[in-house]
Amino acid sequence: MTATVGVVVFPGSNCEHDVVEAIERIGGRARLVFHLENGLEGCDAVVLPGGFAHGDYLRPGAIARFSPVMEAVARFAADGGPVVGICNGFQVLTEAGLLPGALQKNAGLAFVCREVELVTVSARSALTAGVKPGTSVRVPINHFEGNFAIAPEDLRRVIDNDQVVVRYADNPNGSMGDIAGVSNEAGNVVGLMPHPERASHALLGSEDGNILLGALMRSAAAVRT
Amino acid sequence: MPSFEALVEVTLREGIADPEAAAMERSLPALGVSTVHGLRVGKSIRLTVDAPDEAAAHGVVTDLCRRFFTNPVLQDATVTIRVDS
Repeated sequence: MTATVGVVVFPGSNCEHDVVEAIERIGGRARLVFHLENGLEGCDAVVLPGGFAHGDYLRPGAIARFSPVMEAVARFAADGGPVVGICNGFQVLTEAGLLPGALQKNAGLAFVCREVELVTVSARSALTAGVKPGTSVRVPINHFEGNFAIAPEDLRRVIDNDQVVVRYADNPNGSMGDIAGVSNEAGNVVGLMPHPERASHALLGSEDGNILLGALMRSAAAVRT
Repeated sequence: MPSFEALVEVTLREGIADPEAAAMERSLPALGVSTVHGLRVGKSIRLTVDAPDEAAAHGVVTDLCRRFFTNPVLQDATVTIRVDS
């Protein structure tokens, strides 16, 4: 049976329908989960989409992490369920302590909105399971605070533990270690600044995002069985 | 229970790049100012706490700093408390 992805909607999320569309296009099922919900019944994976949850007030993700649904997301993650945060969703997951590091304003204060080349690193994360390390994918970024920062000793641990999911081929925002996406230690929680759902159809300029979303669907199906 | 006014100043930790301050600093020559440097941009939060004493008020605000007002990966906070007049 097809895996179902829960796509969380915070006040201010704005990429949730794009994610649903992209998941359904590759044969998955998706349902929107409002941030006030307390459970994730029927979900085999969860995506926290891009946008400006709670207006990004205080810091991106700082208020969203206290939305009721985040307790359910934390439980789901602790049970090994695949969780992916895209852009603002990545910021929410770092604020919630489900991922290491933090996202700082871009170096040079530039808002960056363009397609970039990513190179996959880990082949065990929920978003890259079964994807050959070194695979190049072209996916858009669209952010002001995507500059991945982490304490030097933690950066070393993240690299040694195979928690780097994707790197930028040409660093657009100053991220430490050229890191575009990172996972937790177990690999089931992933955050990345690029938007794979915006590279899910030839008409969008790239279908490479489907490589990552396809891996997420396999991860979801693997947990389900 | 007495009330205390608190001022929380959130700043980027030492060693964390501050692109906003750097951009402002770069614009100073255009204002004809050449004697100002070392800009750091932060955020200030004012709040009122009901607590039995100043130490207790300080404890509540410090806990909020750790759990909410700052992201400890990037930021530090200083807390100043004064008795509400």
